[in-house]
Amino acid sequence: MEEKFINLTLKVWRQKLGEKKGKIETYQAKNISTDASFLEMLDIVNDDLTIKGIEPIAFDHDCREGICGMCGQVVNGYAHGEEKGTTLCQLHMRRFKDGDTVFVEPFRAKAFKVVKDLVVDRSAFDKIIQAGGYITAKAGGAPDANNLPVTYETCELAMNGAECIGCGACVAACPNASAMLFVGAKISHLALLPQGRPEAAKRALAMVRTMDSCGFGNCSNERECEASCPKNIEITNIARLNREFLSAGVCSTAM
Amino acid sequence: MQLNSNVPSGPLEGKWDRYKFDLKKVNPANKRKFEVIVVGTGLAGGSAAATMADLGYHVKNFCIQDTPRRAHSIAAQGGINAAKNYPGDGDSVYNLFYDTIKGGDYRAREANVYRLAQNANAIIDHCVATGVPFAREYGGLHANRSFGGAQVSRTFYARGQTGQQLLLGVYGQLSRQIGLGGVEMYARRDILDIVIVDGCARGVICRNLVTGEIERHSAHAVVLATGGYDNVYFLSTSGMHSNVSACWAAYKKGAAFANPCYTQIHPTCITVHGDYQSKLTLMSESLRNDGRIWVPKKAGDNRSPEQIPENERDYYLERKYPSFGNLVPRDVASRNAKMACDEGRGVGNTGLAVYLDFTEAIQRDGEDVIRAKYGNLFQMYDKIQDEDPYKVPMKIYPAIHYVMGGTWVDYNLMTTRNGLFCLGGANFSDHGANRLGASALMQGLSDGYFVLPYTIGGYLATQSLTDVDTSHQAFKDSETQLNEKLNKLMNINGKRTVDDIHKELGHYMWEYCGMARNDAGLKEGIQKISALREEFWQNVNVTGSSKDFNQTLEKGYRLADYLEFGELLARDALTREESCGGHFREESQTEENEAKRDDENFCHVAAWEYAGEGKTPILNKEPLVFESVKLTQRSYK
Repeated sequence: MEEKFINLTLKVWRQKLGEKKGKIETYQAKNISTDASFLEMLDIVNDDLTIKGIEPIAFDHDCREGICGMCGQVVNGYAHGEEKGTTLCQLHMRRFKDGDTVFVEPFRAKAFKVVKDLVVDRSAFDKIIQAGGYITAKAGGAPDANNLPVTYETCELAMNGAECIGCGACVAACPNASAMLFVGAKISHLALLPQGRPEAAKRALAMVRTMDSCGFGNCSNERECEASCPKNIEITNIARLNREFLSAGVCSTAM
Repeated sequence: MQLNSNVPSGPLEGKWDRYKFDLKKVNPANKRKFEVIVVGTGLAGGSAAATMADLGYHVKNFCIQDTPRRAHSIAAQGGINAAKNYPGDGDSVYNLFYDTIKGGDYRAREANVYRLAQNANAIIDHCVATGVPFAREYGGLHANRSFGGAQVSRTFYARGQTGQQLLLGVYGQLSRQIGLGGVEMYARRDILDIVIVDGCARGVICRNLVTGEIERHSAHAVVLATGGYDNVYFLSTSGMHSNVSACWAAYKKGAAFANPCYTQIHPTCITVHGDYQSKLTLMSESLRNDGRIWVPKKAGDNRSPEQIPENERDYYLERKYPSFGNLVPRDVASRNAKMACDEGRGVGNTGLAVYLDFTEAIQRDGEDVIRAKYGNLFQMYDKIQDEDPYKVPMKIYPAIHYVMGGTWVDYNLMTTRNGLFCLGGANFSDHGANRLGASALMQGLSDGYFVLPYTIGGYLATQSLTDVDTSHQAFKDSETQLNEKLNKLMNINGKRTVDDIHKELGHYMWEYCGMARNDAGLKEGIQKISALREEFWQNVNVTGSSKDFNQTLEKGYRLADYLEFGELLARDALTREESCGGHFREESQTEENEAKRDDENFCHVAAWEYAGEGKTPILNKEPLVFESVKLTQRSYK
């Protein structure tokens, strides 16, 4: 598509550090290249605000190539914007039309407190991983990597879960602010691999327990998480999480 | 300044084992008494923090991002090398060592590179044990692919996101230790000074990026694993928060900075567009396994690619380097792309691009096979360029991607400052003047999992460190100085934004200190950088308050350091009057326009020592001694 230049009206959530409430402010984004990314559009708006003496809009970002999981905003009601399988940094302005009004808000969930403007605190995800989202292995004692064959298909399935970037869009999109897709992806990744089996039961119980205590809701099969996931992680991972959790509760001694 | 590499004597193959045996050890009960600060949670920092905690040390780990899982190691795409010889193509530890030292154009330390090659196999084993899902063959064993500068397939990969999977493996290990209490994690922190007491690194001063508070942290040793300084060029493939500030603070506190002019320009990046562009995106080197690079034979040929017949295309890498073809090392591929474009044979709107064409591979293997190997990369390209690379050849151009230079370290990974260590991309140690693909991940994990946890014991066991806490005068002085700097920055209230000045710096760096460098250009560059630095301190505009979540201020103090560091980079390039690897001095090239080394005068590491504000830094040289390999003109023909 040919590069064009468009003008937009932004309705942006502004919230000061340490305050519980914020409000929507209106800004103009002028002369934006359709080849720019959404975050580059915000850079341009921020430079403009700075020159006017207005504090720029705070937002999280880092790699800007869709892999670090740091960026994330709700754009026109969609986590990471409406385009499927895309992080916000990979959403390009060619998806917008000249004259559009665009609403930009933070990811909202009980477990994700707003820090400032569009920045939220997602450390609850870290707590869930700390509870069991790993395989215990000391550096030095591992057997040869080819000692444990894993079928091609199993490896691919594990990788499908392992691709999660921990951005939190699934939580923001879910009406219950559930973290089941995030947890399901990690449980699947590790439970599918033979080296992850010894701790599978303990892991499922600990991660789910922590997920609940962090204030995330439960899954009611709305599938909004799957629709908003920038890595297209499927809800079959939630089914696998449920199976692992159930069998851990019923069969295992790892309570 | 004394540069003692501490490389052990004796045959290359046994150096590391003997050295480990000779290292003084800290017994398990005593490890609990030691605190270690680790800055950074990438492959090097995260693995070092997790492993040291597992051994019993108390670790404080810091990162810029909101969680340790987002360090920029995550963006590495193609893979990680090891000499497993799983494909049975005759690979060996010596072969991996040889390729790496040759790939670095003989400007790295033999002993360090050999240790790296030795550790590589253990890295793969450990990663698999921790759940990294490397690609498998149908039989269930591991698959490998090829990378530049090697004639064997030794690269392990997880689709096009190997760095992500390795980092999440490290993050898992780190998270376990955080949960167990062995690691205290401090996210959203910038390390802005290193605190020295009695000549030893004993702590750091950092800024809490949420509240803006300045914090003091003390320890028995400090480890920097803060990645590279690529963003001095503004446009690079590095993450937006990548910076040189912690290493620059270390430099000012006595840690020499080595070979800053060794920068890597990656041949296959998505091309530059518009002045609003914030960063560049890499297309993995692994694509050169199947993609063919070409330009039209005729200058100014602006037909679309499918209209240019086979006999009017120049597959210049295959033509000039028949034995390595499209898989020549990065510096060679980049320079050749530049040459083709300089001759007017570049493609696309700007003429600053070459084709990376998958037509033949898709015809040979089918689209599904190509999708399985590179699907996420093709999707990324499509999103950015709005063009389907399954149908139209990719348009790519070289871009700053990695830096081989970094803080000088000895064989223990300790800097010239006692008790201050430096790992991974932040140090200078293993890649010489050019890094081979799939070697950065290897180095990060080697340093963090398998080197530092041993060598730091050797340091701690032989020191008699007094108790130091954060009320020590050295912490107070450091904090006062830092606050003065931040206040100064907040009160300039000039007319230019931080990004605007950073873009200008990046322009000078690329123009005078990019893919080709010469004496006159470097001298001019140094003057322009210096003038820009003065303008910055008079005319930058940092809004808001320093005691707040203030991203403009963060960018501001990082840029202030880059404006000093950029000059050192150019000075190093000016002083090194030879070409080697990624450092190409136009005055020093062969008849075929290849980099021409000058081993007689430049077979050394250039380690720059801080001489005080406004003073010319002091150049110290560590001679490179080669006992095992013979120095030759690198040839990939």
